[in-house]
Amino acid sequence: MIRKTGERGSAAVAFTFATFLVIFTGVTVYLFLAKIWWFPPAITQFGTQIDAQFHRTLIITGIVFILAQLGLAYAVFQSRDRGQRVSFFEGNSAMEFIWTLATVIMFVGLGLYGEHAWAEAHFQGAAPGALQLEVTGQQFAWNFRYAGPDGKFGATKPELVSASSGNPLGLDPRDAAAKDDIVSPVAYVPVGHEIELLIRTQDVTHSFYVRELRLKQDAVPGMVIHMHFNPEVIGQYELACAELCGLGHYRMRSFVNVVSQEDYDKWVRDQETALQQQ
Amino acid sequence: MGQRSGDGLTAAVDSIKREPDGSRSDSMVTHESGGHHHPPSSFIRKYIFSLDHKVIGIQYYLLALFSVFLGMALSMLMRIHLVWPDLKMPFTPGGQMTPEQYLALVTMHGSIMVFMVLTTAPQSGFGNYMLPIQIGAEDMAFPVLNMLSFWTTFVSLVVLVSAFFVTGGAPISGWTAYPTLSALGQITGPGEGAGQTLWVIGVAIFCIASLLGALNFITTTVDLRAKGMTLGRMPLTVWAWLITAILGLLAFGVLLAACLLLLLDRVAGTSFFIPGGLVVTDTPITSHTGGSPLLWQHLFWFFGHPEVYIAILPGMGVASHVLSTFSRKPVFGYKAMVGALGAIGFLGFCVWGHHMFVSGMSPYSAFAFSLLTMTIGVPSAIKTFNWLGTLWGGKIRFTTAMMFALGFVSLFVTGGLSGLFLAQPSIDLYLHDTYFVVAHFHLIMGVAAIFGIFAATYFWFPKMFGRMLNETIGKIHFWFTFVGVYAIFMPMHFLGLAGHPRRYADTTGVNFLAPLHPVHYFITIAAMITITAQLIFLFNFFYSMKAGKKATENPWEATTLEWSIPSPPPFDNFAGHIPVVYRGPYEFSVPGATDDYIPQHVTPERVGKAH
Repeated sequence: MIRKTGERGSAAVAFTFATFLVIFTGVTVYLFLAKIWWFPPAITQFGTQIDAQFHRTLIITGIVFILAQLGLAYAVFQSRDRGQRVSFFEGNSAMEFIWTLATVIMFVGLGLYGEHAWAEAHFQGAAPGALQLEVTGQQFAWNFRYAGPDGKFGATKPELVSASSGNPLGLDPRDAAAKDDIVSPVAYVPVGHEIELLIRTQDVTHSFYVRELRLKQDAVPGMVIHMHFNPEVIGQYELACAELCGLGHYRMRSFVNVVSQEDYDKWVRDQETALQQQ
Repeated sequence: MGQRSGDGLTAAVDSIKREPDGSRSDSMVTHESGGHHHPPSSFIRKYIFSLDHKVIGIQYYLLALFSVFLGMALSMLMRIHLVWPDLKMPFTPGGQMTPEQYLALVTMHGSIMVFMVLTTAPQSGFGNYMLPIQIGAEDMAFPVLNMLSFWTTFVSLVVLVSAFFVTGGAPISGWTAYPTLSALGQITGPGEGAGQTLWVIGVAIFCIASLLGALNFITTTVDLRAKGMTLGRMPLTVWAWLITAILGLLAFGVLLAACLLLLLDRVAGTSFFIPGGLVVTDTPITSHTGGSPLLWQHLFWFFGHPEVYIAILPGMGVASHVLSTFSRKPVFGYKAMVGALGAIGFLGFCVWGHHMFVSGMSPYSAFAFSLLTMTIGVPSAIKTFNWLGTLWGGKIRFTTAMMFALGFVSLFVTGGLSGLFLAQPSIDLYLHDTYFVVAHFHLIMGVAAIFGIFAATYFWFPKMFGRMLNETIGKIHFWFTFVGVYAIFMPMHFLGLAGHPRRYADTTGVNFLAPLHPVHYFITIAAMITITAQLIFLFNFFYSMKAGKKATENPWEATTLEWSIPSPPPFDNFAGHIPVVYRGPYEFSVPGATDDYIPQHVTPERVGKAH
């Protein structure tokens, strides 16, 4: 039979294609093992659990990735035109069944395994005695509010909001509970202490995202969303907005400072002193 | 006569007869006429307001071709800005690109690519052209509706693009247009005034166009199949277009409703998506109360997730079709492939919540959405396995179409596997809205689907234009594109792992992004080369249309009905002789036959026997 255009140089094309896939697979695997660009260490138990689940997923997807890409490379190379007869078959139900079952067990099993960390973060409330910290997003800044000595968040009013005159949350001065509320553009939290976040926004959707906490939660207009964590490592951690919120989205950041209990107490005292001097 | 495998609809269809002159004055085509039809003679009826599904298919394709180059140009500007933020660009007033201009590019790149390219080219373009021919029909069931759906799409593109030219520019809320950013008007940012309103209207119009198209595809497939073209003999491309049409019918209606509600919130003072008590830049919003931004997200993703499959399913059909043709082997597990398409389509409607793990939605529903999403990996894996099974033991002809189909499989695997990370809510807590997501959906929904479009283009160009695309130029185009897209999108996984949020106009606002600059640089260079290489394709496309080698009726020695008619096909496809189908779509290398392919329309008596 006359050779078709596509068959000419079949071996060379097959070899090139297969070689590219092998190199591509190799480079990808290398980069995932080398971890040149990677997540920073987790600073919570919860974060460590997520990392473990990430690595389980990476191993399983990595194996499937290698098998599939190299399988494709091999199939292409093996099936190049060598003047052979085509082996005619239209399928194999047993193989389909085994393959399907294996994938169900692998993928769904992986999913079930990973639900534990999610449940811990979302189904269980914060531990008793948690420090309550309100986080409010607004174009394009974060504000943190502490309830102060009375342990109560004071009332806020939309019409009182004025970032320019130093009342970004609209605290109502006529409410006694509001008088001792500490409002700060950065967060200070004591190490080893359970923290409960109350996440809200004034205007559009933002997202609270601290990489080291392995937490991300949208701040949704009209909602107050609770999250909790227990930071175990002292340090300064950057908070970056993770939901498109307008032109300043890229610079809407803040810091969560995890400090020792003494440093935290001192910071709170300083804030309270400043409040009283106003 | 009676060559339709239809049902009750048949009688209604039959009652609509052609005009005596054979023109298509009615809204439905029948097989009843038997005689041959004269094509319209005026330029306008022939090329502009044509009722011919082939012309409409090419119109859709050209619309998508224009849009994809526009979309790529926008992405090029974004990539340049991310790496050289101080570079003065001629079309940005004031010199440097502003953050709002960057976000306008983000929004328009996504919207144009998703709606005008990924939804349009594989389904409305190739589906329109090839579906009727592959099932042995003279045209779509509703030619007038078909023309209307194209021109509605055209209007939608014009409205969408016009958002660039109004005061404030194009919207900055992304193609997902989450309220309240997208609902409150100019106050939330430039582009959120007239630009966002035009965007909502443009997308709503697109929904209408897609609904019309979907109706047409479904009716045509159900009702206009030639004698012998049973469901089990339909090419996998036809299955994919049918299932995609069903998805479109169910999904675009929801987006249309959502767009109307958003429009009302913007212009009529309603509060579907806007709660009370909001304050934007110290200004209390007193005119709205009681709405929920999450409602939009649910509606949007109820459309948005099936939309992913609307983009990729036709590509799967094309990949299966092309892999089988050029492996000279039947598709491995035809029934499993159909089942997998159906399963992906069905599950695609049950998983929209996986876009909303961090949205404030009930964490309990995240469980269900997560497991259902992991389940989608199963039919996807079946498809991959069967593609490899199709290649295995074959005798591959490395045409450019075949190269792109092979590339599709590789990209589908790579892009699909990262989905297993994002489908788990706990891991998604870290990766959500980072570049990891950008890498994932570009590989699977963007580039894999584009590879399906390229495979289809190289495969069907000879049939559509009567000339062959240049294979050497095609191979060069393939290699630039295949290596290029991996070079662009693989590194984005690592940006995401390092926690780089997406849709950042600038990488200097957050400290931890600084070490990632070299990665951005690499991606931008790769994007510049890859995008420039697409000009090779553009040249090949238009040059070959004029000066390519003349195509024979069946240059690929393929089996389906489009290869039984001249290239390009006559006005009514089969010149009045509707084919009869005798066998399945992928009879390659059948033992005992002389040729290594047996076309669907060849009678059993005419099949050459080797012995």
